[in-house]
Amino acid sequence: MKLLRAILVRLATMSVTLIGAAVVVFFVIRVVPGNPIAMMLPPGASEDDIARLTAHYGLDKTLFEQFGIWLSGVFRGDFGTSISLRQPVMPLVLGRLPATLELAIFALVIAVVIGGVLALTGVRHRETRTETAIDVANGIGLSIPDFLWALILIVLFGVLMPVFHISGRISPSLDLPFVTQFYVFESFARLRFDLWWDLLKHMFMPALALAIPLAAIISQLLKQSLKETMHLDYVTLSRTKGYSENHVILSEALPNAMLPTLTLIGVQFTFLIGGTVIIERLFSYEGLGNMAIDAVINRDLPLIQGIVIVFALLFTIINLVVDMTYALLNPRLRHA
Amino acid sequence: MSAFLTVGNLSAVLRGNRQRVLRSVSFSIDTGEVLGLVGESGAGKSMIGKAILGILPSAIEIIEGEIVLDGQDLQTMLPADRRRLIGATAALIPQDPLTALNPSRRIEPQITNRLVDILGWSKADARVRALELLNEVHIDNPERVMASYPHELSGGMRQRVLIASAFAANPKLVVADEPTTALDVTVQKQILRLIRDLQQRHATAMVFVTHDLGVVSKVCQRLSVLYGGKFVENASVPDFFAGPTHAYSRALLAATPKYTDPDASLVPVDEAVIEAVAAEVAAADEEWRHAR
Ligand SMILES: Nc1ncnc2c1ncn2[C@@H]1O[C@H](COP(=O)(O)OP(=O)(O)OP(=O)(O)O)[C@@H](O)[C@H]1O
Ligand SMILES: [Mg+2]
Repeated sequence: MKLLRAILVRLATMSVTLIGAAVVVFFVIRVVPGNPIAMMLPPGASEDDIARLTAHYGLDKTLFEQFGIWLSGVFRGDFGTSISLRQPVMPLVLGRLPATLELAIFALVIAVVIGGVLALTGVRHRETRTETAIDVANGIGLSIPDFLWALILIVLFGVLMPVFHISGRISPSLDLPFVTQFYVFESFARLRFDLWWDLLKHMFMPALALAIPLAAIISQLLKQSLKETMHLDYVTLSRTKGYSENHVILSEALPNAMLPTLTLIGVQFTFLIGGTVIIERLFSYEGLGNMAIDAVINRDLPLIQGIVIVFALLFTIINLVVDMTYALLNPRLRHA
Repeated sequence: MSAFLTVGNLSAVLRGNRQRVLRSVSFSIDTGEVLGLVGESGAGKSMIGKAILGILPSAIEIIEGEIVLDGQDLQTMLPADRRRLIGATAALIPQDPLTALNPSRRIEPQITNRLVDILGWSKADARVRALELLNEVHIDNPERVMASYPHELSGGMRQRVLIASAFAANPKLVVADEPTTALDVTVQKQILRLIRDLQQRHATAMVFVTHDLGVVSKVCQRLSVLYGGKFVENASVPDFFAGPTHAYSRALLAATPKYTDPDASLVPVDEAVIEAVAAEVAAADEEWRHAR
């Protein structure tokens, strides 16, 4: 009963968030100057043509009428038609979403692995030069934004030591047997490791660029939290039982120390997804972010709206997953 | 009976200012014997327990002396061997039961993990042993307690669990660091009796750290009075209560309200006595430095 209520409350707040996002994006992009119709037509198009197209996309109606039409469509699952691509918005967006999700998840995995290893190493060798070196690395990782890391990586591994691909999602020469857009998962499931490897070689640099700042944050926070936990009585008590330092860190301190880090990872992961917009552009990676930039350049209002709604939905789902994981890992909440 | 634990001439310093926090401490404890360590806050009582159990804070370094546990000198052992020896033969009853249990693990593994991981028992045997011990510490429904998380238990229950956990592996030495100060007055007596009963039944050697001379008179056979990390008096409990030889001990005894009368007002220790004992410690320090 309590659980049901909690779920209902949660769903209600999620809907409010989504509707809020919808309202804001709808009106903001219409306040910003720029005319989508003018972008579509060649210079010197007649007044008639402009008027006809404007009416065709419903842009001659008042703002509130437009919003009503759009919203009633949204509730029927119809997000309108892209002005620049002349196709329904939702299939376009959903077609691109998997590429972005795969990139973001890969980046998250890299960040957690790097950040986790650095934090654990830092605690294992706390108050030594190793910890100082890790602090310096964290500082550097944090102070350089993801798009600059992208440029640094392109120079290092794309130009000086060309081991990774710097552009696209997969080599264009390859035959693609895929039925879903989740290429990385599907190639793995089909045991097509040739394709899988090619995908990873494309994804590695954008993912790493997105991952480095997050890895630094994870490393710093988790290390701090571990160091504090290492002083607690139950950790000391487990030392007297004969456990090694490694065991004490991994099985006594880590499960408790990672809880605050987990919440932070959730928040930071939404920032990371925001970061895919520029990173995908830099690496010509065919994801949602790259499409978002095109949509903005073309003033493709329905497409922008669709992308923003999908991003907003993604963010609320991530928050939900983080909260659930937190409750699952924390016995105090599990029983409350 | 041979001494199970011998600490000889042990000195430890703060790494930063090289100040001694333990000053040439020597004592030994026989099997089945309880030694009380008393002294004011900061005297170094806990530090001695931590040194024995190998859990000194990183800021503190042993610079001299030996700790011989079960015939083996801890200072000369490899760290991994030392850990094992301590884990297999000694145990700690901590001060604060609220912070000494891992909040994210159930009680059962917190009692059995030493048996399984360090001593190589089977999980089933360890479980039987844990249930047995929870009975010994008078926990009514041990099955349920074993499946609980620490936050579901009261402070007194947690301390019982910690005592059960300490005695689980039949330790030959138990260090109890103010095991009742964090508890309600009503629970204190029960827990104290419990520790004493277990200690007597298992003939465990015990180091009992406390502020409370009343407790010492009930649990210990001998006691040592510490000031500034130095033993100023070692005596048997009857002798001590008949009349301590050191002026500081006398002042400490006078300052302690009778165990039976918690309302008796505290008499502050005379300044002159403190100055005298501080001077004594400083003189001993001077001599020690000279000898090195
Ligand atoms: N982590 C630490 N770093 C530096 N100095 C410490 C540390 N822990 C304790 N000390 C110092 O060591 C000395 C002895 O401390 P200890 O904890 O043994 O005192 P205690 O007799 O147990 O006192 P209490 O009755 O308050 O528990 C004190 O002077 C204290 O300041
Ligand atoms: Mg203490």
